[in-house]
Amino acid sequence: MSNHSNRSWLLHPLSGWVAFAVLLVAVYIFSCGPRPGVETRRGGGAATGGAETGSAASAALATYVNPGDLDEYYLFYSGGHSGQIYVAGLPSMRHISTIPVFAPYSATGYGFDDATKKMLGGYTWGDCHHPSLSKTNGEYDGRWLFINENANNRIARVDLRDFKTKQIIGPIPNLSGNHGSAFVTANTECVLYASRFSRPLGHAYASIDEYKTKYKGVVGAVNVDPNSGEMSYGFQIVTPPYDWDLGSTGKGPSADWAFWTCYNSEEGTGQLEKTASQNDRDYVIAVNWKLAEQATSEGKATDVGGIKQLDPAQVPGLAYLIPAPKSPHGVDVTPDGTMFVVSGKLEAVTTVFSYEKMVAAIQAKNFTGTEGGMPVLNYDSVKDKEVQIGNGPLHTQYDDKGYAYTSLFVDSAIAKWDLKTGTVLDTIPVTYNIGHLLVPGGDSSKPYGKWVIALNKLSHGQHLNVGPSQPECSQLIDITGDKMKLLYDAFTEPEPHYAQACPASLLHPIEVYPQAENKDPNAIWDVKDAGVARNGTKVDVKMVAVRSTFTPTSIEVNKGDTVSIHVTNIETTTDELHGLGIIEYNVNVVIDPGETKTVTFVADKSGVFPYYCTNFCSALHQEMQGYLLVK
Amino acid sequence: MKKQQAAFIDFFAQPLSRAAKVLLICAIVPVFFAFMFPLWNMSFKSNQYPNPLRMSIYANHLQGQKTADRDDLREINSLNHYIGMRPILESDFAEFTWLPFVIGAFMLLILRALVFGRIRDLVDICVLFVYFGLFSAWDFYNKLYNYGHVLSPDAPIKVQGFTPPIFGTEKIANFWVSSFPAGGSFALFAMAGLLVLALAVAVWRGWVWYVSARPPAQAA
Repeated sequence: MSNHSNRSWLLHPLSGWVAFAVLLVAVYIFSCGPRPGVETRRGGGAATGGAETGSAASAALATYVNPGDLDEYYLFYSGGHSGQIYVAGLPSMRHISTIPVFAPYSATGYGFDDATKKMLGGYTWGDCHHPSLSKTNGEYDGRWLFINENANNRIARVDLRDFKTKQIIGPIPNLSGNHGSAFVTANTECVLYASRFSRPLGHAYASIDEYKTKYKGVVGAVNVDPNSGEMSYGFQIVTPPYDWDLGSTGKGPSADWAFWTCYNSEEGTGQLEKTASQNDRDYVIAVNWKLAEQATSEGKATDVGGIKQLDPAQVPGLAYLIPAPKSPHGVDVTPDGTMFVVSGKLEAVTTVFSYEKMVAAIQAKNFTGTEGGMPVLNYDSVKDKEVQIGNGPLHTQYDDKGYAYTSLFVDSAIAKWDLKTGTVLDTIPVTYNIGHLLVPGGDSSKPYGKWVIALNKLSHGQHLNVGPSQPECSQLIDITGDKMKLLYDAFTEPEPHYAQACPASLLHPIEVYPQAENKDPNAIWDVKDAGVARNGTKVDVKMVAVRSTFTPTSIEVNKGDTVSIHVTNIETTTDELHGLGIIEYNVNVVIDPGETKTVTFVADKSGVFPYYCTNFCSALHQEMQGYLLVK
Repeated sequence: MKKQQAAFIDFFAQPLSRAAKVLLICAIVPVFFAFMFPLWNMSFKSNQYPNPLRMSIYANHLQGQKTADRDDLREINSLNHYIGMRPILESDFAEFTWLPFVIGAFMLLILRALVFGRIRDLVDICVLFVYFGLFSAWDFYNKLYNYGHVLSPDAPIKVQGFTPPIFGTEKIANFWVSSFPAGGSFALFAMAGLLVLALAVAVWRGWVWYVSARPPAQAA
């Protein structure tokens, strides 16, 4: 019965149900799900239970480095198609510096002075994926860092005494897409390389229809001088046009062997995502590199395109093929060198192969056929076990406690498993789509353990929105407990692939170049010796940079002269860098204390062009300048 | 008057006692330390130099702390050129020539005192040593004064003339400057102390002898 007084609606029977409905809706909105219009930030991930205050605080403590204190480990990221190497610290994950390798870098003047320009060989970019620390007896020794270059078929060596790129070798003949590189043998005898995109040898021409016959793959290595680190061409082996992907070097019993995986053993062309993925199995190639070196020096190789190349059909015992799960991406030899683990990225299976079994199968000639002159071993005779690991397994790293960690691209996670039993013990999601992962020392015979770093491919949503062009995400995960624990998200420039890490105590870089080591014939150490010398149209300037003056303070040349400025930074104190930039002449070099750099250019523009110190040096840095007068 | 003069001369003409001679020999020992260790240490600390710049003045040379990453003496001169201070160069220190010479001369005087052995010889040494000490202190102060006041008129940063501390810690611009004696100076202090002690012992022994050799009647 309706009642027309003010509060009559309260007494209506239906009002109770309405009130109850409102209550239900209110409970729903306030207890679960996002409020409309409010952006939610995901915590540490569903599987890790979110970032509760307690675990966030302990994670922060595990990564915090007090101002004035130093990180415990160096972390060297490859820079991918930036062509550089990024140096960070562990556990803070802070970026500390960039080592320019394959691309000019005006911040340090790399690629602007004569010496580095020559090293770059006219290329202005490179695609570097896999850094590799030099080793002695399978353990990192802190001398050099090698890195591959995929686009222009090169390998670079960085000297860890001053963190500078000292040599770039290549383009290596017949090599095409140097991806399976720059893995280092147990005593840094050689550094591996392999072709990712088969093509005709020696820069010959052949149409794509002739792919299966005229296109070839190569695997090989450059030799490393044990004293200077100087790289020179070593062995090279011609293979069918498979796409060689990743490599790993043996240790201990397997130290004489190198392994690579391939995809596209189908020898497909066109749309490779389909044509390269038809077979259930591709191959691991096992190469006895010791034998390869021997065979090359014994004259069993033929000159192809300017390099000595071996044909496996001519050298028995040189190389063997082992079937591996579909389109494998990574091969990783265990720290003791007794096993190598291969994951098929298009299968949910990781295979553990036994080196001992491989040797036995070779002895017993347990072959199922021949490809490209290489015996194909029976899969089951080499396999130790298969691990049902997860979707899209790629790379495996090892810790110091007998555990293995495999990255799962499709699952966007890392799986921790026991090497002996093959049991998966833990998985942790990562953001997002992990490629490589790194346990410090995880590819050496003595892993340091402590963390696994996830090197992810996609970072969307994990950082402040910076527009369409996104940085990369790497994550620091603690592996000291039974379960893995995410500690930190770091963001880097594009685009790390693999990385290396070693304890800070292993490296002893210098910060000032001692005068006695400066062998540059144009180095001068006193302002009295500075000056301009002319020889026809060649002008040589010897310049001194010291707080806060360039001597000479002016340089007079004629238009058309070739001018070489040899500038020495005579400071003897750390961090006292000086830069020399010349207005409108596209010149910038940065000179470290005790260093001499030469920059040569043609004075093709007449007029007056100031030069100045570009790298902040002192209270009177602004006043550190001069004039280039081109008549 | 003449008698008193004669008595005075006679007193000091007495030989040095054995104890005094022993102490005199001991006074030679610190000299080696005077050359081995710095005479004076100076340090310069600031926010950007938390690990202070250090400079040591030895009896015969100047030395800045030098590591692979920093040459302190060059660094100090590099910074000082902004205020127009003259560079601190070892060649500007004549002291490094005459200090060793003077200390050598003292060794000879001590040797002479041991050989000819009269109290007056020891008095000579002590007086000369005091003079040497006072002169050195004045000379050090004067040098500091000059470095801090003789500033180039076209220096980029104009500062009022100042004197770096001879002893203690002082704030000069952004630097805490500390100046303190070091091992070498302590050695010279020890040498002075031993010389004075030797003199005291010699005079006391001499008084005892002198008094015993002259009957009390003559003293009246």
